[in-house]
Amino acid sequence: MAKEDYKGIWVFAEQENGVIEHTVFELLAKAHELQEHNKEEIVAVLLGNNVDALAPELIARGADKVIMVNDPALASYSARPYQAALTQLVEKYKPSILLYGATPLGRDLAPRLMITLDTGLTADAIDLGYDKDGVFYQTTPAYGGKILAHIVILEKRPQMATVHPKMFTPFDPNPDAKGEIVKETVKVEADSDYEVIEFVPDENVDVNIADSDVVVAGGRGIKSTDDLKMLEELATLLDGQIASSRPLVDNGWLPHSRQIGQSGATVTPRLMFNVAVSGSVQYVLGMQKAGCIVVVNQSKDAPIYDYAHYGIVADYRKFIPALIEELKNREA
Amino acid sequence: MKIVVFVKQVPNTDDVKLDPKTGNIRREGVESILNPMDANAVEAALQLKEQFGGTVVAVSMGPPQASYALKKVLGMGCDEAYLLSDRAFGGADTLATSYTLAKAAEKIGDYDLLLFGRLATDGDTAQTGPAVAAWLGVPQITLASTLTVEDGWVVCDRKLGGMRQRVRAKLPAAVTVTGDLNKPRYPTPINIMKASKKPFTTWGAADMECDPAKIGMPGSPSSTKEVLEPEKRSTDTKFFTGEMADIAHELVKTLEAEHLI
Repeated sequence: MAKEDYKGIWVFAEQENGVIEHTVFELLAKAHELQEHNKEEIVAVLLGNNVDALAPELIARGADKVIMVNDPALASYSARPYQAALTQLVEKYKPSILLYGATPLGRDLAPRLMITLDTGLTADAIDLGYDKDGVFYQTTPAYGGKILAHIVILEKRPQMATVHPKMFTPFDPNPDAKGEIVKETVKVEADSDYEVIEFVPDENVDVNIADSDVVVAGGRGIKSTDDLKMLEELATLLDGQIASSRPLVDNGWLPHSRQIGQSGATVTPRLMFNVAVSGSVQYVLGMQKAGCIVVVNQSKDAPIYDYAHYGIVADYRKFIPALIEELKNREA
Repeated sequence: MKIVVFVKQVPNTDDVKLDPKTGNIRREGVESILNPMDANAVEAALQLKEQFGGTVVAVSMGPPQASYALKKVLGMGCDEAYLLSDRAFGGADTLATSYTLAKAAEKIGDYDLLLFGRLATDGDTAQTGPAVAAWLGVPQITLASTLTVEDGWVVCDRKLGGMRQRVRAKLPAAVTVTGDLNKPRYPTPINIMKASKKPFTTWGAADMECDPAKIGMPGSPSSTKEVLEPEKRSTDTKFFTGEMADIAHELVKTLEAEHLI
C-alpha cells in the first residue's frame, strides 16, 4: 500500500485504573494543528477493560473518533498484550501518524510497536509540525541540547513519536462535542510471563517534584554535597523541594526523581531558584513554564539568564548563606 | 545464569562541540565514556553472577575505536565482550540498532537476562531496550530501580512519582535500569590486567547473518531533515547588585511583595 493511502492522526489514549493520562489531552489539542494541514481524522485509541465511560471524555477533548477495545487481557497495562492489540488496530485502519505521551508507559510500549509495525519512532519529541516541503516532522534536541533537529520518517507509515508531556495546552472539555465511538475486538491473551505484584503509594518513594509549588535547583556548578545541603536548607525554608540538572544526578548526589529536564521531570512551580545551573536546552524544557524564575550564577553569559526574572550574578557560596540568613531573620 | 549486558560508548556531553558549518558533532578532542546507566546494568549483572554463578557477556555496537566501553566493563568483571562493528551498521536509528543487537543476542544464545541502561546520554531515546525485547519476543521491565532474581523470575521495583510498582517477568526477560539501582564498582588494577586476557570478539553484519535491508541507513526509517538553533527567549531580567546581605534582603522583599513566599 502506498504511503499516501495511510490516513488518520492517532493518539494512543493511555489510561490506568480508569484515569486518562493528561498528556493524551495535550496531544489531542496538538492533533488539531496537524489536521489543519493534512485534513485527516483525529482518532483516540483506547485500550483497557470496561473503559466505555472514558470515550466521551476523549471526544470532549478533541477526538473526532474513539476506537475502543475492552478485553480482560488489557485490564491493566503490560507490554506484550498492548503491543499485540495496538498492532492489530493499526494494521486494520492504517493511520498516517501515531502519537504517544512520552510517559513511563508510553516509552515502554511504543518501541515495541516500532518493531511489529516496522516503522520509525521519534523519542520524546518536544514539538510536531509540517515543514515548508509539507513533510511531517518531530522536533528533538540533539547533541547536548546545543541544537534542535527535525526528525522525519519519509517512507514508512505510520509516522510515530512519543511526545514530551506538558508541551501543548489541552482544550477545555466540550460536553457538546460530537464524535463517533467504534468498538473493536482484537485477538489478545494476557501475558502469563509478566505480573504486577503491587502498585502502591510509598513514602520511601520520592515525591513528585512536578507537583511542587517551590523548587530550588542546583546545577553542574555545585561544588560539593555540603553545598547541596545548603540548597536543601533553602528549599526547606521556602516550603519547596530540592532538584537539579542532570550532572548532579549522574554523579549520584541526588536520585533521578529529582532531575529536571527532558530526561527528568517537567516542573511548573510558582517560584523557582536555579543555582549554578548553566541552562542547556534539555534542562530549560523542564522548567521554562515556572512562574517566577530566580537565577544565581557567576557567569553573566550563562544561557539560563535568558529565562530569569531575577538575576544575581555572584558566587552561590556567598549569596545562598546570606539568603538563608535573611529568611531565618524574617521568620524570627 | 547467562546475562547479556548491552553497553554504549558515548561522548562526554560536557565537551561536545558542533561544527558550525555542517551541524555535525565534532569528535576530535571529545572524551569518550561508558554511558553512566550502563555501568549500573553491569553492576547488577555482576552481583547476580556473584549470587548465582554463570557468565556476564557485554555487547556494544560501534566503530572499532569504540572498544573503550567494552574494555572498561571487562575491567569491572564481565567475562567476555562482543563488539558489533561494520561500516554497514553506520547511520542506524533505533529500529536498525535494536535489530543488530537482537541478532547478536540470538547468536550468543541461551541468555536468561538482557540488561540495558535506561537510556544513553547521547541519544536519550530509551528505545533500544524495549525494542530489542520486542525483536526477541521476551517480556520487559523498564525503569528498574531494584533488581533480584527469584525462582526463574526477575523482580523489580519501578518508582513512578510517589508510587512504587513491583513487577516480575519470567526469564528470559529484558530489563532497563535507572541510575538509582546500585553504585557501580570501579575496575581494579588486577581486573584490568585480567581483562586483557578475556575473550574479545568483533562481529560484522555477515557474522550475525544480518539482513542488509534491516541494518544501518537502509534499515532506518528515521532521519534528520534539518537542524536549527534553539529559539532564544528573552525575559526582562532584573539584576540585583551590591553586598550579599543587601541583595538577599531586596530579593526577599520583592518575592514577598509578589506573594511568592
